[in-house]
Amino acid sequence: MSGQSRQVAVAVLASQVRLDERRLFDAMERQGVRFQHVDPREMWSFADERLPRWRGVLNREIGQVRALYAARICEALGTPVLNSAAAIQVCGDKWQTSQALAAANLPAPRTVLGLTPEAALAALAQIGYPALIKPLVGSWGRLIVTLRDEQMAEDVFDYVRALPGPQSHLIYVQELIAKPGRDIRAIVVGGEFIGAVYRIAEGTRTNVALGARTRPCPESAELTKLAVAAAAATGADIAAVDLIEDEDGRLLLIEVNHRVEFSGFQQAVGDRVDVAGRIVEYVATRSAQW
Amino acid sequence: MTACPICESSVETSDTSRLSEIVECADCRSELEVVAVGPVMLAVAPEAEEDWGQ
Repeated sequence: MSGQSRQVAVAVLASQVRLDERRLFDAMERQGVRFQHVDPREMWSFADERLPRWRGVLNREIGQVRALYAARICEALGTPVLNSAAAIQVCGDKWQTSQALAAANLPAPRTVLGLTPEAALAALAQIGYPALIKPLVGSWGRLIVTLRDEQMAEDVFDYVRALPGPQSHLIYVQELIAKPGRDIRAIVVGGEFIGAVYRIAEGTRTNVALGARTRPCPESAELTKLAVAAAAATGADIAAVDLIEDEDGRLLLIEVNHRVEFSGFQQAVGDRVDVAGRIVEYVATRSAQW
Repeated sequence: MTACPICESSVETSDTSRLSEIVECADCRSELEVVAVGPVMLAVAPEAEEDWGQ
């Protein structure tokens, strides 16, 4: 850590301080990074305001919409944000993520977006069953449903039609990959692969928020390459990249998360990797350059 | 120690508690938010919204 970056005043945006945020604050104190915790619930800005408030911003806001607009406010003020508003927008929308991965020719399960439930049924006839329906925006495995056959798809889509808001009626469907009871979470910071863990759980959803266990995942050239490329494709400087292994052991990219939750990762790797320390080091270095 | 606003049990807090920190009441398992420090005051944490996550 350079003497210059010790002077950096970094804002940490977070309306909730959970274990990960505490670790980040502790890492900032350990590394001598001056920071201010800012609650985005109290943020506001004039449209023509242009005075930077901080040297850099680490965005840890838990709400996708608020995180995106908080980043936009900071960028309009002239303060760079990690991750950028553009990256938050891409990572926070599964379809935009799928398109970014496809544009970079990265491997992923076959995915379609149906603009109506009827269109999605037509697409499913090509993808085949079972398949997964996922909300475009959402996390922690919420509202992901396995569609086992056409009848079930029609039934689920009846519920989808009843949901409020036009965005709910866009149907994101993905082929179901027979994964081996686990997926892989890799963390990338500043284009550098810093480690990976398996998330182990029965069933389709292997989210730590739903109780998945974590174990260290050995690093491989393919895993490293894909994780770094996926983070770059979505523009996320700090990223948690989720992958699954298909029946042939081939790695497929599922999603890229812009607000990295790393408590499960940290639990699996112990002291070998200090995720908070690596993030803070990167944020401080970038903030000093801006 | 601070009283849980739901069940009034004692919830462990400390001098290092931070604003917006989320703590759990060991008795009623409610998620609570630190809304003031020095002294610490707790309120029921907001319910998870549809777009929460990572």
